[in-house]
Amino acid sequence: MQTNTIDSSDGKRARSRLEGARYPTWFAITEGVRSALSSIWAHSFRSFLTTLGIVIGVASVIGMVSIIQGLSFAISEQLQGLGSNSITVESFTPVRERLQRRFASLTQKDLDLISYRIDGIESITPIMYLRGQSQVRYGAQTTVAQVLGTTYSFQEVGQYFSLYGRFLSDSDNRTRRRVAVIAEQVRDELALPENPVGEFIQINGEWLKIIGLPEPKGEIFGQSLDNRVMIPYSTMTSMQGNQRSPDIQIQLTIADLNNMDTIVELITRLLRSAHNLGPDDEDDFRIQTADQLRSTFSSILNNVTVVMAGIVGISLLVGGIGIMNIMLVSVTERTREIGICKAIGAKRHHILLQFLLEALVLCLLGGLVGVIIGYGIGAVAASLIPGFPPAHTPLWAVTLALGFSAVVGVVFGILPAAKAANLDPIASLRYE
Amino acid sequence: MALIELTSVSKHYEMGQHLIKAVDNIDLSIEPNEYMVFIGSSGSGKSTIMNIIGCLDTPTHGRYVLNGRNVNGLDQNELADIRNQEIGFIFQSFNLLPRATALKNVMQPLIYRGIGLADRRAEAERVLERVGLADRGDHLPNQLSGGQCQRVAIARALVTNPSILLADEPTGNLDSQTTVEIMALFDELHDEGQTIIVVTHEPDIAAHSERVARLRDGRIVEDYANEHNR
Ligand SMILES: Nc1ncnc2c1ncn2[C@@H]1O[C@H](COP(=O)(O)OP(=O)(O)OP(=O)(O)O)[C@@H](O)[C@H]1O
Ligand SMILES: [Mg+2]
Repeated sequence: MQTNTIDSSDGKRARSRLEGARYPTWFAITEGVRSALSSIWAHSFRSFLTTLGIVIGVASVIGMVSIIQGLSFAISEQLQGLGSNSITVESFTPVRERLQRRFASLTQKDLDLISYRIDGIESITPIMYLRGQSQVRYGAQTTVAQVLGTTYSFQEVGQYFSLYGRFLSDSDNRTRRRVAVIAEQVRDELALPENPVGEFIQINGEWLKIIGLPEPKGEIFGQSLDNRVMIPYSTMTSMQGNQRSPDIQIQLTIADLNNMDTIVELITRLLRSAHNLGPDDEDDFRIQTADQLRSTFSSILNNVTVVMAGIVGISLLVGGIGIMNIMLVSVTERTREIGICKAIGAKRHHILLQFLLEALVLCLLGGLVGVIIGYGIGAVAASLIPGFPPAHTPLWAVTLALGFSAVVGVVFGILPAAKAANLDPIASLRYE
Repeated sequence: MALIELTSVSKHYEMGQHLIKAVDNIDLSIEPNEYMVFIGSSGSGKSTIMNIIGCLDTPTHGRYVLNGRNVNGLDQNELADIRNQEIGFIFQSFNLLPRATALKNVMQPLIYRGIGLADRRAEAERVLERVGLADRGDHLPNQLSGGQCQRVAIARALVTNPSILLADEPTGNLDSQTTVEIMALFDELHDEGQTIIVVTHEPDIAAHSERVARLRDGRIVEDYANEHNR
């Protein structure tokens, strides 16, 4: 008979097919993920709304971290150029003195003291800044640049490598030669030739001959480091004329990095006694090392990152509570379905896993979408702010964001899932 | 040995002062390949006894042995296993998963048995063909007629090769023509060796069976063989 299709051979084959899975846990997880995905897809709009909190939270953390990390990346690259064995000493006027209009200063005498009395210094150089920015003229062109007076040692301290010509020499300083090393931006703005060596520029009415141009340094915080003119220190003091002890900055490099702390300590003591400071007086100078600068910057950035992460953590928490709410509603709504599944043989763990995985997959998908959006936000924002370094999305942030989303999914999915798993089959089948 | 052995089984509900005896002190023995019908008026306890036999519900008193196994005192997970291995349940309101296609609905019980996707699909397709719905596998329940829905539900009940097919008013929501078709399907299954227990109001349906038990107020008041069907 046509209708009697279940003949004995067919039936036997069927029996053998109906044996259980070889890896029950793996089977349960893959089936759970499958049903979670199809349920998320079936309710795609609601799923999207459910996970919106996670998407926004993750997108903002990834965006922020990308921007901050990009910044920190750029800064540490800039500071690398300073050389980690360099020390900067500059004058510092405490607020009280500033109010009394008594300004601290560092002088050539301080520099001599340091270079004669302290061992282990590789090179030392004064830097004198011409107040503010100065007009530089070449032919009919003028531009504003930062003019600083220094010595040949600055080449090493500031890591300047000549592209054309040479750097300042010792003899330039001894003979107060009227020469200048100009950076790239100055050359371009003055429309000087590609190789400007031998041309003459005018600063504050003084004619100076260009002797060199170093490799460009780029910019930091959108401020160019190539807007500089460097002239011999002695030339600048003579250009300043009657000023007796101009305020200078002292830059030095040390031979052995391990001596850094000792040398900083020695300089402090030396300068305090030279400036006749009493035990209660504040230092009237500041000593900064490249390392210190770097760690200050990175600790500021890390603090910002931690605060951001905290705020975002709260927003993820709120997102998680949203997920829990909607999952609870969804369990109630699907009570009958749960009853049907139980009637045809679903055990507690089947139902539990299904809802838990649904929450987990939902959160992970939200996290993934958030990472992509956040990456985009970071890249776009960094490129929109002029002079801002490109965003950098670190892997740890992505991992952390996804991990946190997963944790939120599990933590806030467990309650609805347990509620679903514990439903009584008869009662849920009757549920309307 | 009897497939189903109920000894002094009762299901009592306490509602405040009242004690509702939905099923009261029933003794019943059902052999393999029997085709049995419970009839009785509304509220006589037909659904309750079916739920107990189907291990969806547990009796408050008495002993229930199914296929040689004592069902009393099993926990929810063990009962779920029995429902999955031994029982095929068919409901008046079909109780299909609304967002799953006919094929997926039929595949669903096999998930709980730990059967892989390819085998599940092959089995479900085979059984869907058996109930005459081979071409409707990718339809959602709301794209099927009532009779087709009930066929899907029957396929879902059969796909696990259950010892017993339980049907609680399977034609209660169907018109007379569809009822005839579904009952013919039951007859075929019975001919193939399936044990079937059906709950109904309608004497016409009871006439298909070999054995009829009439319930009143939770008790079996009549239990007779339909000689002409033997
Ligand atoms: N959870 C419950 N709590 C209290 N009383 C219940 C409960 N479930 C069923 N009953 C009672 O048990 C009795 C039997 O119910 P049952 O559902 O078995 O009747 P039935 O014969 O299936 O009726 P119908 O033909 O209308 O489906 C009814 O009086 C009902 O009110
Ligand atoms: Mg009923």
